[in-house]
Amino acid sequence: MGKHDVNHQHLIALFVLGLVLFNYPLLSLFNVPGTVLGIPVLYLYVFAAWGAVIGLLAWIIE
Amino acid sequence: MLQGWVVVLVSFTYLGLLFAIAYFGDRRADQGRSIIANPYIYALSLAVYATAWTFYGSVGRAASDGIGFLPIYLGPTLVIILWWMILRKIVRISKTNRITSLADFIASRYGKSAALAGLVTVILVLGIVPYISLQLKAVSTSFTILLQYPEVAMPAQRAPETMLQDTAFYVALTLAAFTIAFGTRHLDASERHEGLVAAIAFESVVKLLAFLAVGLFVTFGMYHGFGDLFSRGFDEPAVAPLLSPLEGPAGGYASWVWLTILSMLAVMFLPRQFQVAVIENVDEKHLRTAVWLFPLYMLAINIFVLPIAVGGLMRFPDAAVDGDTFVLTLPMAEKQQALALFAFIGGLSAATGMVIVETIALSTMVCNDLVMPALLRMKRFRLAEHENLSHLLLSIRRYAIVIIILLGYGYFRLAGEAYALVSIGLISFAAVAQFAPAILGGIYWKGATRAGALSGLSAGFVVWAYTLLLPAFARSGWLPEPFLTEGPFGITLLKPLELFGLTGLDQITHAMIWSMLANVGIYVGVSLRGHQSVIEQTQASLFVDIFKQTSELASPWRGTASVGELQGLVARFLGPARAADAFRQYARDRGLKSAEDLNADPGLVRFAEIQLAGAIGASSARVVVSSVVQEEPLGIAEVMNILDEASQVIAYSRQLESKSRELEAATAELRAANERLKELDRMKNDFISTVSHELRTPLTSIRAFSEILHANPGLDREQRSRFLSIIIKESERLTRLIAQVLDLAKIESGQVEWHNSELGMQEVIEDALTATSQLFKEKAVRVATRIEPGVPRINADRDRLMQVMINLLSNAVKFSDKEQGLVQVTLRTLGDTLRVDVHDNGIGISPENHEVIFEKFRQVGDTMTDRPQGTGLGLPICRQIINHYGGALWVESRLGEGATFSFTLPLERASARVSKVAS
Repeated sequence: MGKHDVNHQHLIALFVLGLVLFNYPLLSLFNVPGTVLGIPVLYLYVFAAWGAVIGLLAWIIE
Repeated sequence: MLQGWVVVLVSFTYLGLLFAIAYFGDRRADQGRSIIANPYIYALSLAVYATAWTFYGSVGRAASDGIGFLPIYLGPTLVIILWWMILRKIVRISKTNRITSLADFIASRYGKSAALAGLVTVILVLGIVPYISLQLKAVSTSFTILLQYPEVAMPAQRAPETMLQDTAFYVALTLAAFTIAFGTRHLDASERHEGLVAAIAFESVVKLLAFLAVGLFVTFGMYHGFGDLFSRGFDEPAVAPLLSPLEGPAGGYASWVWLTILSMLAVMFLPRQFQVAVIENVDEKHLRTAVWLFPLYMLAINIFVLPIAVGGLMRFPDAAVDGDTFVLTLPMAEKQQALALFAFIGGLSAATGMVIVETIALSTMVCNDLVMPALLRMKRFRLAEHENLSHLLLSIRRYAIVIIILLGYGYFRLAGEAYALVSIGLISFAAVAQFAPAILGGIYWKGATRAGALSGLSAGFVVWAYTLLLPAFARSGWLPEPFLTEGPFGITLLKPLELFGLTGLDQITHAMIWSMLANVGIYVGVSLRGHQSVIEQTQASLFVDIFKQTSELASPWRGTASVGELQGLVARFLGPARAADAFRQYARDRGLKSAEDLNADPGLVRFAEIQLAGAIGASSARVVVSSVVQEEPLGIAEVMNILDEASQVIAYSRQLESKSRELEAATAELRAANERLKELDRMKNDFISTVSHELRTPLTSIRAFSEILHANPGLDREQRSRFLSIIIKESERLTRLIAQVLDLAKIESGQVEWHNSELGMQEVIEDALTATSQLFKEKAVRVATRIEPGVPRINADRDRLMQVMINLLSNAVKFSDKEQGLVQVTLRTLGDTLRVDVHDNGIGISPENHEVIFEKFRQVGDTMTDRPQGTGLGLPICRQIINHYGGALWVESRLGEGATFSFTLPLERASARVSKVAS
């Protein structure tokens, strides 16, 4: 099956991590006023987490 | 200046370019040098998920809700993590079974059910039409706005009076024509459209670039980067709420979670997603790259959503411009002609990509799962006559495409204005989500049944329609307003937006909770209670265990057809050239020179079915193939028949067994009856011979003495008197014998008249003793009676009871002791009976003779030495009499201890007779 077998457990773990990252209550921690580098915290967090999940997924599967 | 003709020209040039790409893609595919056989094209084609809704609608939602637009893209990102497991399985299943659409997939899983395929198609058409109308709305609105350049003005809220003045109508027609040109140029067995996929991938690039261009322009052209944009936004009262912490992102966390779930399901089960991700998949290994590239694409196209929304709100502070149009109106307001046109083309590409793929997928389903099954059923004979049905199939699909797009247009004209883009899209998402239980359950749970899928899907669909579609109609004025505010017929509990009093949720969350509850609950419940047919079981394990199977499938076909017939059949639907190619290829794969060398084995039948399934769907293919395969397929009905036959055979053999047992029993009974008859016959013969013998004995002596008297007239007086007395005695005996024989015969044949009357047993006994007193005196036998006082009277024939008593007493006298003869007579009541014992003190009767003495002419004792002392009929007669009254007569005795003859007579029965007589 290609380069190497994909570890299904890693994928499921990442899926659960994603669920936690993009949900209450973790989401509410960043639902605060203020900016980082001029960007509202919540948006920065969501996009950063999103990018991280994609990066991890690429790393696991490729 | 952006004049109308410029916009139109650019648009058509763009569409022409798409067509060229598609044409090129198909050419290359035919040459075997596919341009789409790489993971990047695959990932880009998946981005058909981003429609005009993403392109325009996200900004609109961000402008009103802030972060609320994101779950639609976060959901797919999350579920894609699992695609390597879930989607790869679906892809493998679909390739192995030549699945051509979503409806096909679900129907195949649940026993190739045509009903299920039809239901799925209907739900999809109803659910997706609003979504298509959304694309038309986006294109026509953006076109109208662009024509105003450089003025930024919103188009009139009401659609023009006539269709001919309506831009959206022309957009719809153009898209229909374009879709037909793309999707139905020829009929492919695998239903794959390589050129189309190439064009869609190109569109994805265009819309991403256009959106990024606008985003970059707004962020860095109009402002100085993100920091500048946001810090200015915080100062703006209209914008600040979007950037400040929210009370819960966009309508609360519940809404957030449900939107995430909804989009997770939509990204897999929207018809266009299923089409590009599953049907058009070239190699399942492409998933490996696509699963991270596609989320990256979504991330990229969303980065500038908020900046554009913030920029738009700041540029148009008085809310005169709809947030849905910021992507277009911002460049226009900044006098960026080229950028505005590029943005328009981006939106156009997003819309066309969606409409084309969606309608192709839908038209395939409408054709294969609604129209063809109907045609095959109704005009099966006419269809069978057709030489080449591929034209018919293509026509059906073309009409389907036009009708679907026009339906979208109709919805747009009638209902479209009432909703923002996002809301319309979510209604479609919720409809598509109804398939999730049936599909996901279907590939992981073998026990799921057709009935479960059918009823769960129906329930979910009904709830969806009630909580989302009907309210949409009500808002468009198709239903009275009180339907929403007060519930149907004023029943508040049934308010479509607050079903059963569930409040505090937004419309989508509310609808999803109820529809999923109904859908999953009924799907699981019905599946658990029901049972699967054979074909359902086959398909279930085929789907669930797809990774365990080798390429060769368990063939559910029995019987064979001729190669020619099969090829002819395939040719009818695919065209002769394609059919010949397919069969030649099949032969070559098996190391044969030509198709003529093929055997029409089940494998080939299966191959033909798969080819046809590619063209007309699994359920229709099955019907068609079964028309030429001589033996019926091992279908549900047949297997059930076989089972029925087997169980009938078992039932018959059981019946036979029981019949033969009955016969055996009957035979045994007959044999027994026969034995009894023989016995009776023998007894009759014995009886007659005995009677004759018994009669002859006295007759012989009578005759002998008569002859002596006759021959010797001179006999002395004394001797003559002695002889005459012998003759008289023997005559009496003869008379008695004959009387008794007649008596017995009468009793046995039931011809005796019983003169019943009330009597006391003690009187009978006393009378009998009186009658036999002479006998007792002669033999010097004493008699002792013990009669219990107060024995109830009975109802019986006095003479008959006398006969019994006299018989028993005279027997007792005969057999009592010669010297000290004593006969004891006892009468007493014993429960419900009265009992009479007659005891003598004679030699007794050995136990083996206790019953013998009650047989006719059987007298105990050596008949050779002892002269018979009776007729041998007395006791049998007595027994008959006592039996007649329901009593019993028996003897108790031991040798040397005398004998006791006892009989009982039931009192109740006797008294019953009394009452009967009395009444």
